[in-house]
Amino acid sequence: MEVFLQQLINGLTLGSIYGLIAIGYTMVFGIIGMVNFAHGDVFMLSAFIGLILFLALQQFLGLHSAALSFLIVLFLSMALTGLWNYAIERAAYRRLRGSFRLAPLISAIGMSIFLSNFVYVAQGPRNKALPGSFDEVIKLTHGGAYDVTLSYKQILIVVVTAVLLAAFWYVVQRTPLGRAQRACEQDAKMAALLGVDVNRTIAATFVIGAALAAVAGVLYLLYYGVVNAADGFVPGVKAFTAAVLGGIGSIPGAVIGGLLIGLIEVFWSAYFSADYKDVAAFSILAITLIFMPSGLLGRPEVEKV
Amino acid sequence: MMATGSDAPSPARTALVDAAKTGLVAGLLAFPVLALRAEPDFSNKLVLQQRWSWMLVAAIAGFVLRLLLALAPTAKPKSATQTPTERAARKGPKIFAAFGLAIIAAWPFLVLLVVGPSGALKWIDNYGVQILIYVMLGWGLNIVVGLAGLLDLGYVAFYAVGAYAYALLSTTYGVSFWLCLPVAGILAAFWGILLGFPVLRLRGDYLAIVTLAFGEIIRVVLINFSALTNGDAGIASIPRATFFGLAFVAGPRGFDAFFGLPFSPVHRLIFLYYLILVLALVTNMVTLRLRRLPIGRAWEALREDEIACRSLGIDTTKTKLTAFALGAMFGGFAGAFFAVRQGFVSPSSFNFTESATILAIVVLGGRGSQIGVAAAAIVIIGGSELLRELDFLKYVFGQDFDPTQYRMLLVGLAMVVMMNWRPRGFVSTREPSIYLGASKSIGADLVQEGRG
Repeated sequence: MEVFLQQLINGLTLGSIYGLIAIGYTMVFGIIGMVNFAHGDVFMLSAFIGLILFLALQQFLGLHSAALSFLIVLFLSMALTGLWNYAIERAAYRRLRGSFRLAPLISAIGMSIFLSNFVYVAQGPRNKALPGSFDEVIKLTHGGAYDVTLSYKQILIVVVTAVLLAAFWYVVQRTPLGRAQRACEQDAKMAALLGVDVNRTIAATFVIGAALAAVAGVLYLLYYGVVNAADGFVPGVKAFTAAVLGGIGSIPGAVIGGLLIGLIEVFWSAYFSADYKDVAAFSILAITLIFMPSGLLGRPEVEKV
Repeated sequence: MMATGSDAPSPARTALVDAAKTGLVAGLLAFPVLALRAEPDFSNKLVLQQRWSWMLVAAIAGFVLRLLLALAPTAKPKSATQTPTERAARKGPKIFAAFGLAIIAAWPFLVLLVVGPSGALKWIDNYGVQILIYVMLGWGLNIVVGLAGLLDLGYVAFYAVGAYAYALLSTTYGVSFWLCLPVAGILAAFWGILLGFPVLRLRGDYLAIVTLAFGEIIRVVLINFSALTNGDAGIASIPRATFFGLAFVAGPRGFDAFFGLPFSPVHRLIFLYYLILVLALVTNMVTLRLRRLPIGRAWEALREDEIACRSLGIDTTKTKLTAFALGAMFGGFAGAFFAVRQGFVSPSSFNFTESATILAIVVLGGRGSQIGVAAAAIVIIGGSELLRELDFLKYVFGQDFDPTQYRMLLVGLAMVVMMNWRPRGFVSTREPSIYLGASKSIGADLVQEGRG
């Protein structure tokens, strides 16, 4: 029972991170029908930006308050990662909208390789470890074989995720930008005829997706305390799995899918085999796409000729 | 009404403003990751090294690139089919191709002549065998990606199946390479069918992701199924191939003694070189022949328009499966060769980077073009080998500078640039396999591809 409760907490924490990344996949797919293969590497890049900003605040400004530096780092890396994804969209994807179907995917694969190797070259191959902060834990049970703990980190991750999801939900549902996004998602050509600036809306989608990935990146850095240039690939695929599982194109689906993938990964590691935890995620991806391509909340795709 | 000149910005001015904005963005992007490097100090605590000049470099690079892009003349649409003079000009490439083939066929001996037996090892191995393996892999993947239009991101899985098939059969049962070679190909084709069957109903990009997942699953299983594969440590001392029963060893029973030659390790390499050359040429020949058969035509039709194919009664599942299986089979052959050449296999040789490299070769060379794929393999693999030679750059950029690190960076960048500049790859024309009268090359702009 203690193990179960502990894994439930761990799984929800990890799942929040996956959910935040998954939204970036699902939004881009919804609006331009493209699998943004580089999104996992954008997430990794944001973790590096977060790491460097943390260190810069400590070393150049002598800021040692964990909470304050966390807030500053969070917002700065959201902005910088958003700018990165804006530039990526402009340079690598925008011209490919009228090209053949696989062109954006191939370009995104190239961008993914470029980004991970860019960080590798710029920051070196070694793991970068950040000294822990928010390490205090709350003991939820006492006296059993095993104390169930809830760390401040985990609370922080879940709370930050919830707050940002609420803000994001507001943007999509209640602002003109969100309305334009939903319009482009339904019919980009019609939206353009009605005066929506489609290019600007798509760029905004990439920026928002990257900002959420940056939140995930900073939280990931905080949670694991270590980041490496190769860390974009597997979390990226897992978050994509989450997006597919929840129904690609559906934003609540992405969050639910993320939580599910986090829980499955954690429970799989705890009860079966940690060696095969990636196999579990990859198998879910394959099985979902083959047997349930519209996921839990997605709409079935209608093929128009 | 004519005085709008001062209001409307001139093209040069907009170009400059655009370039300045791009430069600013590039400089800002360089701020955290390029300008500051987190390195652990002696107490293993991360300390930031400052390299602010990189921000300036990035800004200037962004500015210049954007300006060049704005000033570059926009591509004018070329005439789609070729005029007679152009057709005559195509004889040039034919002679060039024959010349290239002659050089490739004579490469080991040319190298021996120029650098002598001791220096030749590196040139035959790194610049010959290594490149030809990728030419073969590229041609194998070209059947799947180039002809059938299925984006396969897990191709390296079949390469791994072939390599492990030979490694396991030879080390456990002592089966010879020549028996294992077809077995490895058949096993890989079998896996191709097994993995291909469930995924082929999927649309293009989903198929790509699922093949990626399968490739990763096979790699993780290879790492963790230690009882069979020996895990991360891999399988070592795989027996070498023999030349009609003659092993490449010193001593009276070896290849060298039989032919009355002094023993030299170069002979084995030359043998391997011709072995992979023959394997690659067989791949090429089979592909070219298949293109003219109904199945090959069905592949290409499928690539152009899946819905039209289905309405014309082509069995899309069967067509896709054959492409998958054949591509996998050649991957399996190449894998068996890889195992016999290295004498050692481990899961780290079969990661996603490898799949991406092979895919980049096909995409950059021109999907569906055999000669383009071969050229891309030579440029990418030969180029990354050349990067190893650039040690003198250490004196320019400092001792930490390692040119080989830039290999995948450049490959990724090249994929993005190629998709934006020439989406069809370097060799973008299509040679129809059926025609009325004389064969004409079809320009890239005439073919609308890929709705399936």
